Amino acid sequence: MAITVQIPTALRRHTAGVGSVACAAGNLGELFTVLDEKFPDLKPHLRDEGGQLRRFLNIYVNEEDIRFLGGPAYAFQDGDEILLVPSIAGGSR
Amino acid sequence: MSKYDGQAHYELRCRECGRSWGNQPRSICDECFSPLEITYDYDAIRASIAQGAFSREQISQRPPNMWRYSELLPLPAGFEPRLPVGFTPLFQAPRLAARLAGNKGDSNAAAQNLYIKNDAVCLPTLSFKDRVVAVALAQAQAFGFDTVACSSTGNLANAVAAHAARLGLKAWIFIPSDLEPAKILGTQVFGANVVRIAGNYDQVNRLCSQIAEERRWGFVNVNLRPYYAEGSKTVGFEIAEQLGWRLPDNVVVPMAGGSLITKIKKAFDELIKLELVEDKPVKFFGAQATGCSPISTAVKTGSAEIEPQKPATIARSLAIGNPADGHYAIKTIKHSGGWSEDVSDPEVIDSIRLLAETEGIFTETAGGVTVGTAGKLYRQDRILPEETTVLCITGNGLKTTDVLAGVYEIERPIAPKLAEFEKYLTTTLDAVEVANEAANAVSA
Repeated sequence: MAITVQIPTALRRHTAGVGSVACAAGNLGELFTVLDEKFPDLKPHLRDEGGQLRRFLNIYVNEEDIRFLGGPAYAFQDGDEILLVPSIAGGSR
Repeated sequence: MSKYDGQAHYELRCRECGRSWGNQPRSICDECFSPLEITYDYDAIRASIAQGAFSREQISQRPPNMWRYSELLPLPAGFEPRLPVGFTPLFQAPRLAARLAGNKGDSNAAAQNLYIKNDAVCLPTLSFKDRVVAVALAQAQAFGFDTVACSSTGNLANAVAAHAARLGLKAWIFIPSDLEPAKILGTQVFGANVVRIAGNYDQVNRLCSQIAEERRWGFVNVNLRPYYAEGSKTVGFEIAEQLGWRLPDNVVVPMAGGSLITKIKKAFDELIKLELVEDKPVKFFGAQATGCSPISTAVKTGSAEIEPQKPATIARSLAIGNPADGHYAIKTIKHSGGWSEDVSDPEVIDSIRLLAETEGIFTETAGGVTVGTAGKLYRQDRILPEETTVLCITGNGLKTTDVLAGVYEIERPIAPKLAEFEKYLTTTLDAVEVANEAANAVSA
């Protein structure tokens, strides 16, 4: 699925300033794999040592919290816009 | 004023990894994405106490507002307060106690030990949000912002708009479109730009975190959040001072984002650390509306994490389904031995009326949530009549009169004649008698 990921300012120093990434991913797991390959430095900022999504990171799909869509099991649709948003909008787990 | 003018005795630090970030408009640690919090140089404050500059006696001689605790607030060098915010009344609530704990042992004990901390009369906008905004805007000016902003469920909107007007700052206020009319009007009147968003608070808040990345605005609850949140501590400082420099056994606090309950805890901890009060255990009890109860649900199910909810409650000021400080609120409650409960919308209405009829305080829906929750906690024996208990009433009922629409009948007018009044009185008393008999028959 062709999707777009918006990277928040706080994380752009790990993406060489890139703020938006267009890529193909079927779900959250696949998206993380894509981001890990493109931006290796980003990985520890998205997930903790156990591989779990960091507590204070929220993920939205087209402005809806992914947890209301089924969480990691949600299958991305063509054209989905994924937002990574810091904890100021609430913790993610 | 603070003797620390000219040298910051505080700084931002990550709550999880501990990295220091100095002082800047920032709320997130770039390393681990965790929230930042203000930490203080307590040794410097202790030295001040030793010199008598921040002793109980010295504090008590300061003007009766929240700035009397300046040493424990993150205020910029040379800050001069423009508004006498805070130092709201704390008083016993014997008639409410009789209703909440009337059938629990010695009702006189509850009457002696139940207190209301009444921020329904906090100035200038009649909610505890004046406290946090006062601190946030002090820093906004220090950081050179000419525009301040917030996402809000209403009370914060009022406070940001009013304080910004007073300070000559531009204000942009983002609110869910279904907010109470009085809260919208009470924001517009200060000349603020009000943007209604077709979505719930969590969506508004998410949008604001995105806008904050694009514009050089001081968002009080985004990039200024660590400073803003410290203002809530003054509720705790005041409770302790007004109880005679001692801590209560229990505090019941309404929870939306979950910050207030953690900051009252921090305030008590700081007073203990600085030996301004004696160390003693305090139980923290969180109150939510059942229609938006992510924190109380987590506490009751034993979870350490928040499952977000879609809010559906008349208590709109508490309608945050994904609370930013939910994780820390759960920890505060659990570690203190406290608990969290939630109440239905009809219970919220009943509790607003109960507080008004027993103690003469007209609170908004959040206050109804707090009073209703306190009643549950007494019934569950989680709060005992002989324990000193403080209920935090954080907002004013004049802002949410819409929820009482239809509760009271508007009587037909009578002619300005004594005979007409006597007739009216007889009819009314007869109706009351009939109603009482019906109620007695049901209860029998």
